[in-house]
Amino acid sequence: MLKKLRKFFVMLRECVTMSLENIWGNKVRSFLTVLGILIGVTAVIALITTVNGVSGSLTSSFSSMGAGTLTVSVTGSDLKTGLNTDDLNELTGLDLVAGLTPTVSSRVRVSRGGSYESGMTVSGKNAYYFRTNPDVVTRGRALNVIDESNMSFVCLIGPELVETFFYGVDPVGESLYISGIPFTVVGLFSDENTESITSMFSGSPDILVPYTTALKLNNDNLVTSFTVYLADGADSELASDQIEAAMDVMFSYEEDCFTITTMSSVEDTMEEMLGMMTALLAGIASIALVVGGIGIMNMMLTSVTERTTEIGLKKALGAIPWQIQVQFLIESFLLSIIGGIAGVALGLLLSIILTNVMGTEFVVSVGAIALGVGFSAAVGIIFGWAPARKASKLNPIDALRSV
Amino acid sequence: MSEVFFNMEGINKFYQMGDERMHILKDIHLRMDKGEYLSVLGPSGSGKSTLMNIIGCLDTPTSGSYVLNGNLIEDMTEAELAQIRNREIGFIFQNSQLLPRLNALRNVEMPLIYAGIPPKERRRRAMEMLERVGLSDRMYHFPNQLSGGQQQRVAIARALVGNPNLLLADEPTGALDQKTGRQVMQLFQELSDEGRTIIMITHDMHIASYARRVVHIIDGELTEGGEASHA
Ligand SMILES: Nc1ncnc2c1ncn2[C@@H]1O[C@H](COP(=O)(O)OP(=O)(O)O)[C@@H](O)[C@H]1O
Ligand SMILES: [Mg+2]
Repeated sequence: MLKKLRKFFVMLRECVTMSLENIWGNKVRSFLTVLGILIGVTAVIALITTVNGVSGSLTSSFSSMGAGTLTVSVTGSDLKTGLNTDDLNELTGLDLVAGLTPTVSSRVRVSRGGSYESGMTVSGKNAYYFRTNPDVVTRGRALNVIDESNMSFVCLIGPELVETFFYGVDPVGESLYISGIPFTVVGLFSDENTESITSMFSGSPDILVPYTTALKLNNDNLVTSFTVYLADGADSELASDQIEAAMDVMFSYEEDCFTITTMSSVEDTMEEMLGMMTALLAGIASIALVVGGIGIMNMMLTSVTERTTEIGLKKALGAIPWQIQVQFLIESFLLSIIGGIAGVALGLLLSIILTNVMGTEFVVSVGAIALGVGFSAAVGIIFGWAPARKASKLNPIDALRSV
Repeated sequence: MSEVFFNMEGINKFYQMGDERMHILKDIHLRMDKGEYLSVLGPSGSGKSTLMNIIGCLDTPTSGSYVLNGNLIEDMTEAELAQIRNREIGFIFQNSQLLPRLNALRNVEMPLIYAGIPPKERRRRAMEMLERVGLSDRMYHFPNQLSGGQQQRVAIARALVGNPNLLLADEPTGALDQKTGRQVMQLFQELSDEGRTIIMITHDMHIASYARRVVHIIDGELTEGGEASHA
């Protein structure tokens, strides 16, 4: 038994040496043969690593932006199309809610003196917004509860409008026209310090006004969209349930009047989408691997035909059929796994470049490397099987006569 | 008292060619003792190589019994036959059949791989055999760097390296010029004098006459040619 095992290893070692010599001896052909595997594995590794990086940074920025908030959008019923101030106050009073800010925005034309700018975004905010985001105001004052209840024509303007209308002039205290109505500039804002999930999706506003004023500009008095800030440590699912219960009462239990979106549900959807994308791309990459496998099979079949005499001679000298089979299997296995390892290296290099360009995190995925190497090894054995079997079945007499 | 090495009784070999069933070897009886030097002499197409394949366990007869060194060949599996070839027989083919990618030394080592001999021991024995056939200065040459006669010597070294009981040579001088052919035949003579069992297959009367015993094969029929001695 031990002797058989030793014999086996002597032979195995020789097979590995001869296979490597064969692969090296036909450098160009070997390279072309493994190109398919190499490209397939490179694609798999680059895809998985890059997508992992993207989803990692998306998730972390989502959770930092959306920590402790949820957004509500109201479609309303026939009787009630949005929420009024009392409704909003009632929601603010819930014990899991710290406060809320309505989202009211519209596109307007802004003018001052002889010049004007159209397509500017006006966003209505409440006093609570400025209390939770004190860094927004860079000069002048924030909007307060009095502005809100008086529906005052006061505004804060962003950097772009400062540059357009107030070059060399201090804007605070000056006036400008929004949709033909005179407004007093009470301050300047910059949203650089407060990335919010809403600004990420709708672009940042150019002008901030009291939300009540913004509603009036829209000829409306009901809020249809708002962000809820949760009380410290409140669970977003529980808070969502509490808000839903309160709003169900407001809408007299009619169905489908509003949707509450928690950040974790956005994350889930995002991850699901990324997962689907990875699966799809991995599917395409695995087609490349199968094509690579067929390339290897083709090369091995050619090799068996070319080496008919060698096979016949080895059999005459005492090689058992399965030893011939093992020899060819080892050769296709080595060929394929060399391609796989090169593919892993190239794929990692590519993902370092890609993650650098996209500014996402580069994380080496051990799973992806194992997948790449394992897949190429499997391809080598599966597609090498038929040629190796063919070689082992050759009749030594016919093989030796062929010269 | 000589010891029987192999014994063939009533060996027939047929080949199917389309509709035709060709009778290649016809009722062959052949017995060979250890230490004999036997020539099989016959014209081209007479069935010499077919007979050699059967003696060498590369092929099996259609009918008849063949016992080699106590082994009944028709009962054996392909794997067992491979081991018998490895242990019992050293083949020497007409065109030496060296692997072009391997140097002389590694070509000679080849049978030892399948005998499971470890690399160091293989190397030592292969070197010894190359010295024996007078190629100690050509061990690292590749086949295309060797003359025809040298290639055939490498093939002989390869046949000898596993220390088989029988050297089975099929027209070993067929591709050589007369002078180198004579040198190779000289080598066989020496090996025979050392007590090795040799079968020399040839269509050349002169070559056959080196052997102590000659059998003739014509159209697949074997006849004993009696003792011949080299003049
Ligand atoms: N595999 C085969 N199939 C059909 N006919 C064969 C086969 N091998 C040999 N023969 C025929 O058998 C005869 C003897 O061949 P062979 O033994 O090679 O002769 P020799 O070696 O004496 O020249 C030839 O006529 C040859 O055509
Ligand atoms: Mg012949």
